[in-house]
Formats: sequence, C-alpha cells, structure tokens
Amino acid sequence: MITLTVNGKTVRAREGSPLLEAVRAAGALIPTLCQHEALEPWGGCRLCLVDVTRPEWNGWAKMVVSCLYPAEEGLIVQTHTERVVETRKVVLDLLLARCPETPLIQRLAREHGIEKTSYLPNPEPTDCILCGLCTRVCDHIGVFAISSVNRGAGREIAPPFHEAPPDCIGCLACAEVCPTSCIPYETSDARRTIWNKAFEMVRCPRCGKAHITKAQADFYAGRNGVPQSYFETCDACKRQEMAHTFSKLSAGAGGTEMETGKQGNRETGRP
Amino acid sequence: MRIDSRERFDAAVSEALAGREGHKTEILVCCGTGCLANGSQKVAEAFAQEVEKRGLEAGVGLFTKKTGCHGFCEKGPLVVLQPSGVLYTKVEPRHVPDILDKTVAKGELIPRLLYKDPTTKKPVERYAEVPFYKNQTRIAMRNIGKIDPADLGDALAHGAYAGLAKALFGMTPEQVIAEVESSGLRGRGGAGFVTARKWKAARKAQGERKFLLCNGDEGDPGAFKDRSIMEGDPHSVLEGMVIGAYAVSAHEGYIYVRDEYPLAVVHLTLAMEQARQAGLLGRDILGTGFDFDICVSRGGGAFVCGESSALMRSLEGKTGEPRQKYVHATERGLFDCPTVLNNVETWADVGAIIQNGGAWFAAMGTERSKGTKAFSLVGKVKNTGLIELPMGTTLRHIIYDIGGGILGDRPFKAVQTGGPSGGCLPESHLDDPVDYEKLTEAGSMMGSGGMIVMDDRTCMVDVARYFLRFLVEESCGKCVPCREGLKQMLAIYDDLVAGRGRPGDIERIERLSAGMQLGSLCELGKSAPNPVLSTLRYFREEYLAHIEQKACPAGICRDLTAYEIVESCEGCGVCLKACPAEAIAGEKKALHVIHQGKCISCGACYEVCPTDAIRFFPKAELAPAAAASRGGAS
Ligand SMILES: Cc1cc2nc3c(=O)[nH]c(=O)nc-3n(C[C@H](O)[C@H](O)[C@H](O)COP(=O)(O)O)c2cc1C
Ligand code: SF4
Ligand code: SF4
Ligand code: FES
Repeated sequence: MITLTVNGKTVRAREGSPLLEAVRAAGALIPTLCQHEALEPWGGCRLCLVDVTRPEWNGWAKMVVSCLYPAEEGLIVQTHTERVVETRKVVLDLLLARCPETPLIQRLAREHGIEKTSYLPNPEPTDCILCGLCTRVCDHIGVFAISSVNRGAGREIAPPFHEAPPDCIGCLACAEVCPTSCIPYETSDARRTIWNKAFEMVRCPRCGKAHITKAQADFYAGRNGVPQSYFETCDACKRQEMAHTFSKLSAGAGGTEMETGKQGNRETGRP
Repeated sequence: MRIDSRERFDAAVSEALAGREGHKTEILVCCGTGCLANGSQKVAEAFAQEVEKRGLEAGVGLFTKKTGCHGFCEKGPLVVLQPSGVLYTKVEPRHVPDILDKTVAKGELIPRLLYKDPTTKKPVERYAEVPFYKNQTRIAMRNIGKIDPADLGDALAHGAYAGLAKALFGMTPEQVIAEVESSGLRGRGGAGFVTARKWKAARKAQGERKFLLCNGDEGDPGAFKDRSIMEGDPHSVLEGMVIGAYAVSAHEGYIYVRDEYPLAVVHLTLAMEQARQAGLLGRDILGTGFDFDICVSRGGGAFVCGESSALMRSLEGKTGEPRQKYVHATERGLFDCPTVLNNVETWADVGAIIQNGGAWFAAMGTERSKGTKAFSLVGKVKNTGLIELPMGTTLRHIIYDIGGGILGDRPFKAVQTGGPSGGCLPESHLDDPVDYEKLTEAGSMMGSGGMIVMDDRTCMVDVARYFLRFLVEESCGKCVPCREGLKQMLAIYDDLVAGRGRPGDIERIERLSAGMQLGSLCELGKSAPNPVLSTLRYFREEYLAHIEQKACPAGICRDLTAYEIVESCEGCGVCLKACPAEAIAGEKKALHVIHQGKCISCGACYEVCPTDAIRFFPKAELAPAAAASRGGAS
C-alpha cells in the first residue's frame, strides 16, 4: 500500500491501482461516464480529469484522467482546480449539445452550472453518449456482437452492417450497463428482442421461469465445456438444488442444512 | 554473396563500384509516384528500347536506371544524365531519340527540355544549378534520385550500409546511442522527441521481446516525404532500423506503411529481400551473430493511425484508436513490450549519422534542432516539391529562394506548417529560423514538415475551417472534447463564413479550444485547435470583419463577397466565358456587367480578367434590392 493526498486528505491505495479509486476513497465527488469497475478503464468521457503534482515538480502539475492514471506514492491530487473544473464544464456542455434531452446529462450539466448548452444543440437528439460501455462489456463477455463504427463526428454504436448481429446472444449486458438506458429491448417469457434480433427463451426445467436465451445457454456451454442442461436451470433453482445436495451429503457427515446453505451462497457471491 | 565480415563488406562495396565503372553515361529516369503518374514508366521503357535498338549499351557504356523521386514532381517526368548532370523536365517518350542523338552522343543540349528558372526566365542546364536543388542539403534523402531502389549493388556503391558496418564491426550498443545522442537527432514525425533518449529508455527496459517500429503512415494531406524515402531509398530506412535494433537490443521490427503507398511496400519488400540475402538483415547480420528482422504492415488507412498508441493497437490487430497509457512505449508499447517508434525520416538519418559522426550532424542547425529536415513545399509558390534543408533555415529563404517566390508575384499572406494541426504564420515571422522551438513558440509546429504557402487571395477564417473539416472527419471519435468539440468548432466556422457570426464567437472559440487542448485524449485533439488559434492570433481583424461587418476581406467567402466590373474594362469578354453561372453580359469592346442576381461569387471572372477590371466588395454593401434578389445570406 502507498499513501497519497487527494484535496489535502491523506488516503492509502494499492500501488498502480486506478487513481479514481483513491479519489473516491477520499470522498471527492467527480463525475464519470465511461468507467465501470468490471471493465478496463478507457478514458473516453474525460470527466474524471484531475490535476496531479509532486513536491519535486516545483509547482508544475499535469492534468490526467484518474480512471487510468496509476496511484503512486506521494502523489498530490487536486480534483477541482480552476482548469480542471473549466475543462469538465466544456465537456459537459458539449455532451449536453449532443444529448440535449437526456436526463442524466441534463442533471450532470446542471450540477456544474450549465442549464443550456452554449453550442449548437443536436438537431437529431440522441441518448447515446458514446461511452463505449456497451461494446466493452460485450467484448469482455467474449461475444463481440456490437462495436463502434465510423470515425469522428459520424461515430456510432452498431452491429455489423447495421443488421441483426449474428453473434449477439441476447444477454442484455449492454442494455444493463448503458448509463442512459438507450439500448432498447423487450423481454418476456416467450421471446426477447434486442438489436432487432429475436431470441428464443429457455425455461427452467424446475420452476418454468424463462430466465435465459437459448443462444446464451449455447454460448456458455460451448465456452465452459459444461453440459448445456447446466445453464438451462435458473440460478435460483440451481442454488436450491445445490443446497439440497449438500444437505444430503453433509447430513451424512454430521453437518446442518443451514451451514451448507450458507456455503452455497458464498460461492455464487449472492445474498 | 552473404556478407559475414568487414573484409567481405568492403569487397562487396568495391565490387559494386567496379560494376559501375563501365557506365560512361547514366540516364536516370525518375520513377517516383509523382513522375510515374506523369508517364515516366513509358519514358524509361523508351530509353531502354532505343538503347537496345541501337546496340548502344555495350558499345558506349550507356546505362538507364529508374530512380526514386527527385522531389520536383510538378516538372516531371524528370531525366538526369550523369556524370554531366544535365536535367531535363517534362520528358516524353518522343523526346528520347533526340536526347540520345544530341545530348548523349554529342553533348548538345535540348533547350526546350531544360528547366526554366521562373524568376530569371533563363534555362538552367545542370541539376545542381537549379535553385530548387542548389539550396538543399540532403541527408535523409541523400541517395534518392541517384540510385535504383531495386538494386542493392547500386545502393552499396552510394554508401548504403556503411554506417551499419561501422556500428556492428566497431561499436558497442552504448557507443551507438552516444553517437546518436551527440548528433542531437530529434524525431522527424511529429513532436521532436530526442531520439537517443527514447533508445536509452528502451535499452534499459526489461523485457524478453523488444520491438522497433517505423512510422510510415504519413497521413497529413499533401505530405509525401516519407513515401519518397521508402520508395526511392528503402535501404536508408532498413539501415537505420538495424542500427537502432542493435542499439536497443531488439530483434523484431515493423514498418507501418500507409495503405495508399503500394509502391513503397513493393520497394521496401524487395529491399528487405535483397538485404536478407546479403546478410544485412535477418539472422546473423554481417556475421556478427546479431539477429533482427522486419515485417512490412499495411496501415489502417486513417490519419489517427499514425499516432503512436493507435499505430501499436493497429499492429496488434485491433482498431487503430489511441489509447491513453501513463507509461512510455519504451517500457510498455506493442504487445506491452518495450518499443521504439520512429518516423521514416528519423530512421533514414541514423545511418548517415553513424557513418559521419554525431558531431558532423550537430554542426548543422540551431541550438536545439540539429541536422536537416525534409519539407513538402506546396501551395502558392513557383516551385513546389520535396526539399531537405538545414534546421534553422528561414521561412523566407525556403519560400523565396527555393520556392522561387509567390505564384504570379502576388503578395505573401501566410505559411501553414506542421500538417493539419499546425498553425499559420504571417509575414512578420518570415525571418524566423525554422526549428522545433521557434515554430512552437509562434503557435505552429514542425509536425512532419508540411509547408503550405498562401497568397493574399486567402481567407484565414476559411483556412482554419478547411483544416477543421479535415480533422472532424479524422478524429477517431473516442473522446468527447475532440469528437464533439471539433463538430461544434466547425459549426461556429460554418456560421462565420456564411455571415452568421455573432459577437462572442471569438470567446467561444477560445474557450472551446482550451477545453480541447486540456481535455482531449491524444495529440490529435490536443493540437486540433492550432489552426484556429494561430489564425486568431495573427489575423484577428479578419475574424472581426466576418463577425461585425459580415465581410470577407480576402474576398473568398462566397456568402460575404460580391463582384462588380469597373471602368477599366476593355470588353475583351474573357470573364464572360469564364463565368459558370452566365451572370456576365456585355458587347465586345464595351463595359461588361455582372448580374448580381445570377452571380454565385465564385471569383472565376476575377481570376481571369487581364486588365484587373473586376473588383470584389462585401456583399453587405450591395443595394438591399439586389441582395434580396440573390436570396443569399441573411
Ligand atoms: C494524429 C497524429 C498523427 C500522426 N501521424 C504520424 C505519421 O503519419 N507519421 C509519423 O511518423 N508520426 C506521426 N505522428 C507522431 C507519432 O505519434 C510519433 O510521435 C512519431 O512517429 C515518433 O517518431 P519520431 O520520434 O521519429 O518523430 C502522429 C501523431 C498524431 C497525434
Ligand atoms: S449505447 Fe449506452 S453504453 Fe453504449 S456507448 Fe451509447 S451510451 Fe454508452
Ligand atoms: S483526441 Fe480525437 S483522435 Fe484522439 S482519442 Fe480523442 S477523439 Fe480520438
Ligand atoms: S471515467 Fe471517463 S475518462 Fe475516466
């Protein structure tokens, strides 16, 4: 562990961990839009900018994005210097011009004193801020169904050729991670659609709930080499089943049902 | 023959030289991309055919060879005769028999093929006397135009790989780095980072694999120095890279070549093939046991792919987008291994530096910018093309002595240096010595050495808008300040040139620029405001005219400019024919008139009028009725 200061407050951090963690630990409030703890930092929204310096830099400081900058011993971090605040405002002002009707952006802008964008509001308002979380989560799972296409001002998130993405498994991870909830989808016991692709649902053989798409079950099975039937049973039933098996086993070994139940829960990390 | 010792290297060079002694006359036909486009391949073939038909080669010792770009493409196809040094321009296949009969056989010159000095209007006989060449000092481009890039022997005869032999046979890696350090060499591809410092860091870095990369992406519109080097003297790049690899102890290299440069790929690949066979590349180089090999990789096709981290992503097979890492590539670059990336020209300098010594290189240039630099000189100058000059040469010398001055002897207005994210410098900076620091101080940059000269018929607001339009397409769009900022900046400029500028626009531009400079992820976004800020700095009154008077002082912005014909019109009718909108009427020998309702303000008439009888003025001054009938800008 190393020690650094954020806005004058001393905090401890793991060396090389994203500076943003230390900034948050120090209680400093800075907005972020492209960062997610399960994903590699990306540095696209530029809102997590901070000023960093060291005593030996003799007053010179540099602006860095804290989601990517590694925590170092003795670093002096300022999250609200004049230039940082000003730059953050320009970024939010620009985002508000892009997404004039998006509640999240409106709120963040307002928090930074911007009621109305000083730029040309997007004639075709969109909610997508191009934070890249959806494509990155999709890549992270290993599906690579959607990506950002086109450069520059024409950049957008889309499946290949703007058609229903052949690789999409309908897991909804993209829609769930999207900070502005702008990826439309529909899901019911019978069917799920996302990215204009329709999915057949798998019903849990035990409780009958449609909890997963067939494509998901196929994908997970193919990847983990576990029989597909394993993924067909929903998580809740699987837990129950496991608890049941354990209880039988441990009953023989002299344990109690309660304890083994807890054990099972701890493994899945769910309450 | 594989060269595996100092003796064998010297023998190979002697042999290459001896092979050329029989050449009484060498006919050098430029076959760079520019001259090829003008038909030089046909000229080279015509020479070969004529020579063969006449059975000359054996008897007279005539030798035709296809060389790389001489840099003077606008006058191509170029033919140089050696050793006499006669230069012929715009040569066509039909001129070939004459050249052989007169110049080669009898030493007579053919006046109409000689280059005419645009200033003195006199023909210039020898290559070396052409002002465009006379004032140059060529190091990175030392052999371009002299050698046949497809012939290793020719390159060896002209000193190629002498630096490599010197390094591998007699210097430690540390000594090589020290030599490069004493030369003061800085990167020729952009930021001007000290080359030796990069190499030192990579040498020190721990890693099982290390990579050495050559940046041949050259995405700046109009730039072609790297292309000319890769096409015309690929060996200079290979030699530099092998020396660099030896210095930092790398064994794998890539040359990242812009996708639009197929000829460069062909020449590099051929040169690598020949170098491998000769023992100059690959395994056990020069018999010293040192291994280093290179792959040529075709670029991703975007300007931003030339940016260091994007280039490495692209080489890794991922999308060529910049990635911010707060660790140097020399520590963790390509595939997270220590990596040295240098520009084509930087690599081409290295061989000459080792061969001649760092002090030799450092004797040229200014205090902190040493050696020479290649520039692509284009725009409104009489001589355009590729040049190499000592650092510290003044802009005035480049534009007036080498470039021959402004086309049509119009007044100079500005020179844009450094590529799309460089800046525009006005007349008051013409005597600035060109070096990294001076250009940056003046609000521009060295960049890759682009130089666009502009005359008084240039609107600086429009120029800034032109670069913004390039950048808005080329920004990768990953980060908000660059992607959205450029879009919004362009929107402000679209308004300015259309007469919709508002008070406060200048402040909005400045504030947005600061946000982009401080907030953007990579140098593209950080430097994108340069064209904007430099034009604002030097031509602020032009911005004010657009905003306050809705006027374009240079008469370029169409929505703000009207034309009229004045008394001095002689009624020659030239303008009438030139007008694409049929807006001009008038009898022969009588005063012509522009119909304001039809005029589209293209300025074609203004350009062609032989008596300067056409005047432009702010459209805002038009009588309201006429302005309304145009339905133009409000
Ligand atoms: C948008 C952008 C485009 C670039 N394009 C090129 C290029 O085409 N060629 C090049 O050598 N360097 C280019 N650079 C600079 C490189 O990032 C890098 O600094 C350079 O290749 C290092 O080599 P040097 O030190 O020899 O100049 C570019 C930089 C940016 C930000
Ligand atoms: S769709 Fe949502 S998650 Fe994807 S880039 Fe746009 S805002 Fe981000
Ligand atoms: S500054 Fe521009 S080019 Fe660079 S990462 Fe951001 S959007 Fe892409
Ligand atoms: S959180 Fe978006 S740049 Fe750091």
